[in-house]
Amino acid sequence: MVQFSLPKNSKLKTGKTWPKPEGATNVRKFQVYRWSPDDGENPRVDTYFLDMDKCGPMVLDALIKIKNEIDPTLTFRRSCREGICGSCAMNIDGINTLACIYGLDEIKGDVRIYPLPHMAVVKDLIPDLTHFYAQHASIMPWLETKTNRPAKEWKQSIEDRKKLDGLYECVMCASCSTACPSYWWNSDRYLGPAALLHAYRWIIDSRDEATGERLDELEDPFKLYRCHTIMNCAKTCPKGLNPAKAIASIKQMMVERAV
Amino acid sequence: MADVNRGNRPLSPFMLGQYYRPQMTSISSIMVRITGIATLGFAFLLVCWFLAAASSPEAFAVVDGLLTSWFGDLLMLLATWAIWYHMLGRLRHVIWDLGYCIEIPVSEKMGWGMFIGATVLTLFTIIVV
Repeated sequence: MVQFSLPKNSKLKTGKTWPKPEGATNVRKFQVYRWSPDDGENPRVDTYFLDMDKCGPMVLDALIKIKNEIDPTLTFRRSCREGICGSCAMNIDGINTLACIYGLDEIKGDVRIYPLPHMAVVKDLIPDLTHFYAQHASIMPWLETKTNRPAKEWKQSIEDRKKLDGLYECVMCASCSTACPSYWWNSDRYLGPAALLHAYRWIIDSRDEATGERLDELEDPFKLYRCHTIMNCAKTCPKGLNPAKAIASIKQMMVERAV
Repeated sequence: MADVNRGNRPLSPFMLGQYYRPQMTSISSIMVRITGIATLGFAFLLVCWFLAAASSPEAFAVVDGLLTSWFGDLLMLLATWAIWYHMLGRLRHVIWDLGYCIEIPVSEKMGWGMFIGATVLTLFTIIVV
């Protein structure tokens, strides 16, 4: 369903403004989305001030500094701090990206940090990704074979392996899917850019022997064809991948096998 | 997983503009949709015009008066722009569906091309018609 405003329990309130650091000359303002499942209140936006002379260069450094020094209740996911685990995906300065590889110097003015858009919030900056992962699982993200297992390994030519470049790098951070207006409004039935990129990754794998079944599974007005090539996915991908192109390639394969 | 609180979880903010930064990719896309719907609305107005012409001279005078007034001219101008924009948008989709140009830099350039192209073609239409 197309919706343009937030439901009543999700409307934002102005939250707490935390005190500025004393004696700091280079202060920056951070506005961070907060919601706790424990107090029955609506979500709010808290304001924090950090001394930038004593803060690391990335958005994640600032969040960790807030949690360590100002407000230990601030909750967010993070792990590898180098853009490979995909945990710290969030909406920063109006785009979805990984907090650990997005520089504070890339943002003009105040830093606004929200959870990934149009998702159920578990707490603060943590969205519920259960459905997102289930969609990924539904595209059979594994090598499906029918012929007998080779003695050593499933071989692949260098050219065929090259077809997986730009696809295998996906870290499933959900930035693309939650940047997609089509996914916001149809995520119950539309698979979204991340799951479809993974679907294509297996469809064009030369070793996979279930291409037909995979395409059959996607031949659906919603699962695949809710992509209207808005391209917010490719624009926002923190790994520089292009899910829109992968989806277009699946659509082309659908046509090619039909004619 | 202890998932005791699914029911009252809030929806995170998403709206384009306020929370999600508007960009050429999304704006040029949503404009194809908007101009498509606007063109349908304008077609409805044209049908009213024909219906009025078919029913009575008085009814025709009212609708014709509206359509030939400055307001009618403005509507015509906007509709012309919308039709051109929508056509260019569809053309972009054809190019994409053939598997070309589905990269961010060239898609953004085509987006600008749709806005500028529709404006140029509208001016061209005004000069010719």
